[in-house]
Amino acid sequence: MDAKTTDSAPFLDRLEAVDTDQPDWAAALRRAGLAVYREEGLPHAKVEAWKYTRLDGLTRSAFEPGISAPDGITVPDGRIADMAGAHRLVFVNGCYRAELSDDGLADEGIEIVNLGKPGAAPGWVAEHMGRVLDLDGMPLAALNAALWGDGVAIKLADGAQLQKPLHLIFLAAASTPAMFQSRHLLIAGRDSRAAVIESHLGLEGAPTFSNSVVEMILEEDAVLDHAKLVDETEHAYHIAATALSLAGQARYNGFVLTLGGRVVRNETRVRLAAAGAECCLAGAYVADGEAHVDNTVFIDHAGPGAASRVVFKGVIGDTARGVFQGKTLVRQYAQKTDGHQLHKALLLSSGAEVNAKPELEIYADDVKCGHGATAAQLDEDMVFYLLARGIPEAQARQLLTEAFLGDVVDEIASPEIAAAMSAALTRRLAGINADHGA
Amino acid sequence: MAMETKTVEELATGEAYKYGFVTDIEMERAPKGLSEDTVRFISAKKEEPDWLLEWRLRAFRMWKTMAEPTWAKVTYPPIDYQDAYYFAAPKTKEGPKSLDEVDPELLATYEKLGIPLQEQEMLAGVAVDAVFDSVSVATTYKKKLEEMGIVFCAMSEAVQKYPDLVRQYLGSVVPYSDNFFATLNSAVFSDGTFVFVPKGVRCPMELSTYFRINAAQTGQFERTLIVAEAGSYVSYLEGCTAPMRDENQLHAAVVELVTLDDAEIKYSTVQNWYPGDAEGKGGIYNFVTKRGACRGRNSKILWTQVETGSAITWKYPSCILQGEGSVGEFYSVAITNNRQQADTGTKMIHIGKGTSSRIIAKGISAGRADSTYRGLVRIQPKAEGARNYTQCDSLLIGDQCGAHTVPYIESRNPTANVEHEATTSKISEDQLFYCLQRGLSEEEAVSLIVNGFCREVLQTLPMEFAVEAQKLVGISLEGSVG
Repeated sequence: MDAKTTDSAPFLDRLEAVDTDQPDWAAALRRAGLAVYREEGLPHAKVEAWKYTRLDGLTRSAFEPGISAPDGITVPDGRIADMAGAHRLVFVNGCYRAELSDDGLADEGIEIVNLGKPGAAPGWVAEHMGRVLDLDGMPLAALNAALWGDGVAIKLADGAQLQKPLHLIFLAAASTPAMFQSRHLLIAGRDSRAAVIESHLGLEGAPTFSNSVVEMILEEDAVLDHAKLVDETEHAYHIAATALSLAGQARYNGFVLTLGGRVVRNETRVRLAAAGAECCLAGAYVADGEAHVDNTVFIDHAGPGAASRVVFKGVIGDTARGVFQGKTLVRQYAQKTDGHQLHKALLLSSGAEVNAKPELEIYADDVKCGHGATAAQLDEDMVFYLLARGIPEAQARQLLTEAFLGDVVDEIASPEIAAAMSAALTRRLAGINADHGA
Repeated sequence: MAMETKTVEELATGEAYKYGFVTDIEMERAPKGLSEDTVRFISAKKEEPDWLLEWRLRAFRMWKTMAEPTWAKVTYPPIDYQDAYYFAAPKTKEGPKSLDEVDPELLATYEKLGIPLQEQEMLAGVAVDAVFDSVSVATTYKKKLEEMGIVFCAMSEAVQKYPDLVRQYLGSVVPYSDNFFATLNSAVFSDGTFVFVPKGVRCPMELSTYFRINAAQTGQFERTLIVAEAGSYVSYLEGCTAPMRDENQLHAAVVELVTLDDAEIKYSTVQNWYPGDAEGKGGIYNFVTKRGACRGRNSKILWTQVETGSAITWKYPSCILQGEGSVGEFYSVAITNNRQQADTGTKMIHIGKGTSSRIIAKGISAGRADSTYRGLVRIQPKAEGARNYTQCDSLLIGDQCGAHTVPYIESRNPTANVEHEATTSKISEDQLFYCLQRGLSEEEAVSLIVNGFCREVLQTLPMEFAVEAQKLVGISLEGSVG
């Protein structure tokens, strides 16, 4: 590679750290990722999909793979999604840590495989890995495909039910700038049911760059509850792509809660491949300081009679920036589609900024599609109403902010997940309103 | 559905376009192709001052370094910019002093288009500037307007008569370096309309320009500039048609509007360029840059457009809301049928305090057409209390077409309030059934429903145009739905 390539496509030299002893499928995935990343490079402002999210800062720190965490690290229970009784799998700096994780699940029909050693992965991993996410136009996901180091693969047999929620906990803690690229796969067989929660936590320390990919395949009638909590440090880059493929009558209930990070991009791509598939994706974010939070959603209605509902809300303070890009594509044969999208932003300070691009691309006529987007501050009439009833201003504002985001939490189907997300949100808002109140 | 198959078939006849005739008139042309010589030729023909030639040449040199934009959702074969004439004018010895001196052939053409210039001069109502290919051929009501201090004339005439005004405002809203098509226009624009409304004057009649492309292999590049001084008001209409030809013709216009304190400009367009035949052969490529600057306090610019013609429409009439309390409004109906493609919308840039904007866009897509709304609402940090409301609705007729919405919303002021909503739907069976039940034919029912769908936009048009636009909506969709 020449010098120019290294400039526009940094991190290629980190390839040396990748284990060369690999099965064919893993090597093929790396080659495909490398080709796309070399071609597209790190996205810049002229790349439409990354128009509002700049990654220039990534090249300012010398992020290295394989940085180990300080000794004696433990899961900070007060900060993760509060899921009592969940089965935990813990990753530290992108690597699976058995000693922090719960022992093997004994549920019938469920297989959980660590991907740290791809050579040992079963056939179904080889068959499905890389199949859901198309790397074209996804340079960061391509970088992940080229460099990924660890991850987990989960398979639910037809009809299997996960008894306890599966909680994937990702801790980031490093004394020098660290990068980690984890990659995960979930296959939910016909009529299976599962709840999966991800908590991404940054502990104090040097800047980190987490670039992860999750692929999920939901076969007919499968139901998946999925929630993701991102609470990284103010120096952290968190770039994640979650790609899903839903077969007929499958149902995905997703939720993305972002509470911290320097630059966070949660990109969710859902393909509704057949009749009756249903995707309900909601999210909330709280951005303050210099945080940049980007939620990008692409819903591909590729089969008839599918439904999608996307609702995101964000609270933006200080000089933070919120970005929402939502696209609903309805292909020509996807008649009877029901697709809705909503983004609402609350701006708390004069330096705050929000950029929204809700997009519809529709080729079928018998559809009901719509989107809405708003940006405003708290309604002063509402604040006044509460003040008139003797509630102090700071508290009034917190109540209203919480109520604003609370709507989205109500979108979550599972009461346990809703309670956990709600608790995390309240904890976080107590902090932001102490600064911004009055 | 049987009804929808009929759509594509019936429209294939192309009979719906009744303006497709050619006027046989002797033309004077610039040599084919585009070079500095072409630019100098046009400028010399117009006897332009040096500063304007320089400006054109700067634009041309810049244009050569620019690339055609590709971000719009339209596809067309590459345009050979050397294979066209950049200047064509009906041959006359000298400019006509009054309508009596205008070539009768031209007057007949406008009569055929439903714009009887002579009659219009008699009847009170609308003052018309008729632009034929590259030059303005007639302007009516000039005298009456002059008495009030209103300037309404061809751009080439304004350059001679009001050089200071033109120099002050030309390119001040759309600079020559703005974008590929605007830059091309700056280099080769041939004529257009200039309107200047002095302080405190309310223009008593609608001003109207009628654009006609006639000559083959000719591009049309007109440039319109409207300046409304403090406290003035003007309503301006533009209409456009072209003959049916198998080749694609390029139309790259620039429109600049400037409003000062408390002034208001209402700019309405009914665009009915030849859309090409059912297979997408021929038709006008319409790449237009329209922008208004609300420079004064409480000034207002209102854009209304009914886009039914053109093979390709690439057009984003915008408002720069600088003045405190200024208002920008955009009302649009875009109808695409057969293989037409439209990528249109607006930009509202809120800079001043208390600025507000409203966007109502209706897209109707039938046949194998693609219609895209692309818009930007930007609230700058100092736009305290700014307000925007956007509504985009799309109607799809048949399963071979596409309707897309690409809004960009950027807010950097917490006190601003921005709301956007968009829907996509089809004519519901219930609505149709209801109308049929009451004795309407299917065609009447659809026309009624579609007109109802566009109502919010059509009712912002001046009366003279509203009637034409309503008919046009019916004609453009003829057969496609009923």
